[in-house]
Amino acid sequence: MLAYLIRRLLLMVVTLLGVSIAIFLLLRIVPGNIADILLDSAGMIDPAEKAKIVTDLGLDLPLPVQYWHWLSGLFHGDLGYSYVSEKPVIEEILPRIPITARLAGLALTFAICAGVPLGVISAVRQNTKLDYFLRILSLSGLSMPAFWLGLLILMACVKWFGSIPIYDRAPATFGAWLAMLAIPAASVGFRSSALIMRLTRSSMLEVLRQDFVRTAKSKGLSDTAVTYDHALRNAVLPVITTIGVETAFLFGGLIVTETVFNIPGVARFLVEAIRWRDYPMVQNLVMFIAIVVVTVNLIVDLLYMVVDPRIRLGA
Amino acid sequence: MSDIGYYARRYPLGVAGAIIMTLFVLAAIFAGVVAPLDPFTTNAKASLAGPSGVYWMGADMMGRDVLSRLIHGARVSLAVALGATMIGSGVGAAVGLACGYVGGWFDLLVQRVTEIMQALPLLVMALVITASLGPSLRNTIIAIAIPLIPTVARVIRSNVLSLRELPFVEAARATGMSEWRVAIVHVLPNTLAPLIVLATAQLGSTILTEASLSFLGLGVPEPYPSWGRMLSESAAEYVRTAPWLVIYPGLAISLIVFGSNLMGDALRDALDPRQRD
Amino acid sequence: MAPVLEVSGLNTVFHTRRGLVRAVQDVSFSVEAGETLAIVGESGCGKTITALSLMRLIPQPPGEIVSGSVKVDGTDLLRLDDRTMRQMRGGKIAMIFQEPMTALNPLMTVGKQIAEMVMLHDGLPKAAAKNRAVEMLQMVRIPEPARRAKEYPHQMSGGMRQRAMIAMALACKPKVLVADEPTTALDVTIQAQILDLIGDLQREFGTAVLLITHDLGVVAETAQRVVVMYAGRKVEEGSVSDLFARPLHPYLRGLLGSIPRLGSARGLALSPDERLREIPGMVPALSDLPPGCAFAPRCAQADAKCHAQIPPFEAKQANHFAACWQA
Repeated sequence: MLAYLIRRLLLMVVTLLGVSIAIFLLLRIVPGNIADILLDSAGMIDPAEKAKIVTDLGLDLPLPVQYWHWLSGLFHGDLGYSYVSEKPVIEEILPRIPITARLAGLALTFAICAGVPLGVISAVRQNTKLDYFLRILSLSGLSMPAFWLGLLILMACVKWFGSIPIYDRAPATFGAWLAMLAIPAASVGFRSSALIMRLTRSSMLEVLRQDFVRTAKSKGLSDTAVTYDHALRNAVLPVITTIGVETAFLFGGLIVTETVFNIPGVARFLVEAIRWRDYPMVQNLVMFIAIVVVTVNLIVDLLYMVVDPRIRLGA
Repeated sequence: MSDIGYYARRYPLGVAGAIIMTLFVLAAIFAGVVAPLDPFTTNAKASLAGPSGVYWMGADMMGRDVLSRLIHGARVSLAVALGATMIGSGVGAAVGLACGYVGGWFDLLVQRVTEIMQALPLLVMALVITASLGPSLRNTIIAIAIPLIPTVARVIRSNVLSLRELPFVEAARATGMSEWRVAIVHVLPNTLAPLIVLATAQLGSTILTEASLSFLGLGVPEPYPSWGRMLSESAAEYVRTAPWLVIYPGLAISLIVFGSNLMGDALRDALDPRQRD
Repeated sequence: MAPVLEVSGLNTVFHTRRGLVRAVQDVSFSVEAGETLAIVGESGCGKTITALSLMRLIPQPPGEIVSGSVKVDGTDLLRLDDRTMRQMRGGKIAMIFQEPMTALNPLMTVGKQIAEMVMLHDGLPKAAAKNRAVEMLQMVRIPEPARRAKEYPHQMSGGMRQRAMIAMALACKPKVLVADEPTTALDVTIQAQILDLIGDLQREFGTAVLLITHDLGVVAETAQRVVVMYAGRKVEEGSVSDLFARPLHPYLRGLLGSIPRLGSARGLALSPDERLREIPGMVPALSDLPPGCAFAPRCAQADAKCHAQIPPFEAKQANHFAACWQA
């Protein structure tokens, strides 16, 4: 168990180092250097100015040295300065994290609370009208772009309430937060809940066919007891593992949803940084996202070990 | 051909999906003939005109016909989806086959790279790649294809590893066939079914990714009409004033993805009996 | 003495895409307290479907019990509402399954799986039910029962899991135990232990056992009476000694002939008579049965009548029944 944990942590470090190298190189295969782009966009062509920027940003140094500077900075919490705002990157990123975290948490909660029960119902009532309806619902959830669903919800708000729930300033109370984020969370979580529902359904159908379910029935247990005490726990296990994958999936939805609803979170900030070609920001944001995804995957795996006695106690 | 009737009864949803996809493909191929108006002609007088006899689905800010732009947009959407899926599946299959065969350090290396790529959400990776390469139709296809590679490689790799142990492959090897010939003649054709299932399943997510990239303004650039960009142009401000600019492009995206998902599900049921409900 | 289990005229069908499949046709038998009746036949002959029909565990749809009665202590299970039927299952009639590997819930401790049943049927509180579970594990001769009760199925060997399965089935002292191939998945040495265990507990509790098996060796060791099934129908019934000494139906004779005997396998060159005889042909598909005797296409003695008419199931000797025109 401990050995496994150490192995996993080491692999995690390797993966993250890999991500850092990949993103570092990716942002430097752009033709011309960042100083050119900055000057182009600012409309300045003063060579002296350019040389100064190049030296200031350390762009004249060899790539491995630049990489080393960034990486050692990462460990000290020194992420460099934004090209655009000229503020330290960390000061730009940190305040945005809680906003995205709340939105993601709310969306994931929504996705699980809707997806798992509906998936179970769909499986238990397999091939009934209800099952077909839920399957088509989940398939449309997977087919709708999250930003379009967001826009549709905005349209509905305009029609029914005459106003648009767009983020203007940070709400003060928890209730206000909830009210502010509920609609965006639903629009981004819909797709995830559709996915979770599909997975739960197929996993549940698989489990309901297994021998131990028949054994449970032969004991005289009621259908409810068989479904919830015996089958559900077994069916949810594989769904847990996908929640890790799901976080990565969710992030794509967060990017567009934060854009639609004008929420100043990390996800939208990545797009802004890319638009502004603020490469130190992009580089660090991508690292941040990778760390979150990898950590969530680790937590999910550990959770799985706790829930499944076959892994916890060795097969 | 009598099979068509059988499949229609066995997989009614799959056939419905195939019909939807066929309609979109036909619209894309014959866009020039089908579209009622020219998708690029601007008309200041028709700016933000609502749906009417001339502009069935209304007109955008520059007075261009929304329906015609949607029909031409199918070309972009399908070109990106098919291009990215084909490149992603092709490269992924080659890498997976190589992993299953060469094994050793190559396999380990590819697995590490796969893990690195899976640490990043598809859209984030596509965004960063377009940011690096610059927005163009070709680069959008590449940016979406690259993140597909690891998933395909993984599936094909495990498939190859189990196929290699099967008796008929052993037998082929025993007759003195070279390892590469065995791979091409016996193993590769047998990975085709899972590859097709996977590629179809990914078609929908490539379309969605293209739409998202374009919506964020980092996808296929002008003059190509892209559904995602039509939505970003119209976004929040038109929600109040010109709902047709929001509804129809989104409907087109959802419908084509829905069709490809239906088709993907049916193909999976038909070709991959292990996953059947 | 009145039989504890009395099955008469049982008919179970499956509605499939290829039409109606008659999996069990007009099957009747009875078992007394403390007695073991074996149902024998090749896979696909309907014996497992018969067992599941008794428990009313046939998946519906596609399955359906069309007619017949299954009386346990005089109560017809097929006429009970679902709620009462659930009280009978596990309480009066319990079942052991073939695969001890998959028949237990992997995420629940063995003790809890037994206790759950005791709480349900005997209304015991949780603590008492747990004690009963440990007692039952001790009764099936699992060492350190208190510790084992807290273990999960994957921590036990196949034989131990099957013991736990038996402990669970007998925890509420059912009148009838249906054992569907209880030893097929186990090693030969473990098989004998499990069969002995079932026999001992049967004597102790006076349980009527219905043993479903394809293994005639197991039948000879444990059962008093035998029902032979072929293609969903009974083809022969009688005491173990009668059936083994004087098999009437060519199918049973074929089955007995296909058991290798010690000694005959000595030496490489076997005379044609000594060679392990097997029944030619295959079990017919239940959806596509011949009009006459279902065994006729594989039978050396079959004549025109056999191919045309289904033979009646009738007494050929005292307490020895068969369905065969030639016997």
